[in-house]
Amino acid sequence: MAERERRQTPPFGGIFVPHARIMTADDMGRAIRRMAHEVIERNYGLEEIVVVGLQTGGVPVAERLAQSLEDIEGIRPPVGTLDVALHRDDIGIRPVVPEAVTDLPTDLDGRIVVLVDDVLFTGRTIRAALDAVCDFGRPRSVQLAVMVDRGHRELPIRPDYVGKNLPTRRDEVVDVHEVGVDLGVMQK
Amino acid sequence: MATNASAGHFLGIDGMARADLEEILELTTTFAEIGRRPIPKVPALRGRTVATVFFENSTRTRMSFETAARRLSADTIALSAGGSSLSKGESLRDTIEVVTSYGADALVVRHPMAGTAHRVAAWTDAAVINAGDGCHEHPTQALLDCYTLRERRGALDGMRIAIVGDIRHSRVARSDVLAFTALGAEVVLVAPATLLPPAVVGWPVTVAHELDLVLSDLDAVYLLRIQHERITEGLIPSIREYANDFSLTPERANRLPTDALILHPGPTNLGVEISAAAAADSRSVILDQVVNGVSVRMAILFLLLGSNRNLTGGAVEGDR
Repeated sequence: MAERERRQTPPFGGIFVPHARIMTADDMGRAIRRMAHEVIERNYGLEEIVVVGLQTGGVPVAERLAQSLEDIEGIRPPVGTLDVALHRDDIGIRPVVPEAVTDLPTDLDGRIVVLVDDVLFTGRTIRAALDAVCDFGRPRSVQLAVMVDRGHRELPIRPDYVGKNLPTRRDEVVDVHEVGVDLGVMQK
Repeated sequence: MATNASAGHFLGIDGMARADLEEILELTTTFAEIGRRPIPKVPALRGRTVATVFFENSTRTRMSFETAARRLSADTIALSAGGSSLSKGESLRDTIEVVTSYGADALVVRHPMAGTAHRVAAWTDAAVINAGDGCHEHPTQALLDCYTLRERRGALDGMRIAIVGDIRHSRVARSDVLAFTALGAEVVLVAPATLLPPAVVGWPVTVAHELDLVLSDLDAVYLLRIQHERITEGLIPSIREYANDFSLTPERANRLPTDALILHPGPTNLGVEISAAAAADSRSVILDQVVNGVSVRMAILFLLLGSNRNLTGGAVEGDR
């Protein structure tokens, strides 16, 4: 989850204190390039792909994945953003922020939607995202790419493309940012 | 999710800080986007019930509150004074208790007496939203007006806005004056002296009695309806004479700056406060106001019912 969101969110509010650098900027770049190759391989190109970043943490990752796809295939897939705050089952616990815009560049009917998030945790964000995506059309398939899968799933959801599998304690926090991935805890 | 034991209310613009207004207006953008989706509906308020309790007629306010509630997946129940037990002599308080007993989480209240929404808020645990109380306030109208102006201009700061017509009986004017000035606009009230409220002296506005003298220097002109139902004495000689001096005719519209906006809260009495041609002018944003009304009311309903927020204070403890 994006640091900004977490800060505003009871009961998690507090300051993020990192205790380990899990991935460096180079590691992230390599993981994203690998995921891009996997997306292309699995879908035989980029023909029907739409890359959708989940607000707010997934948006920069989606942007980088799309850039990587373009570097490899020479065409840029449409990139959109999706805010699932209003589709969540824990509404009221997390804030709805006006900066988190939903902006899908194209009709999703018949497309292959690659949802992108920074951290996969309980799976509840992705559940909400699947509901939201279905309100925008009927994609041929929906796939999931995440920078970090930290386990602790509460729903039957699994990612298709993973930057890094990271075993964590439940109370730890994973922060994906521009120059790396940190593992830490929130402190008051 | 449990019902809020002590819900927040939204009763008026009076007392709201600029930052509070801006927060609601910024959040409204999020809800406006939902209105443009192929399926304009999100499950945010699933299982919540919004009751519209209207003791006065309404087209826009009631329909837009109901539309807003449904776009958020809330259920709606409606009470109209005419068809209810009020006509059998039931008291307001009993009526409110009955509506709340049906599980209403929010009461959208319109009543011809000023202060009714505040009164109702003291009686109930549900969130109370003022949808117009007599000649006092109509806060969601003011928010949608501000949103419409911001949508076109980015900000209200430094805008010069004339509110023209029956200001004395207009709750819209009261809420608008408070909201426009809080957001940095300059407000000119234009009306015959008999249609100005007696207490206008303390308001942060200037007053003019001739529309023709202010037209050329406006960023927006806001026309109000003559409220025949509230005018009990001879405040204007005749509708025709009023229209001569204060109606936005095509000629007067031509004298407005080319980028000035024309607003009206509806319903319009074409030919009285505004001519059909001026209402259809390319600078008229009257239909934008109607569309934005739904988005603003979604934001208010969501803030009160979906986010455990009190609009007049900080965060309320989450129900975990």
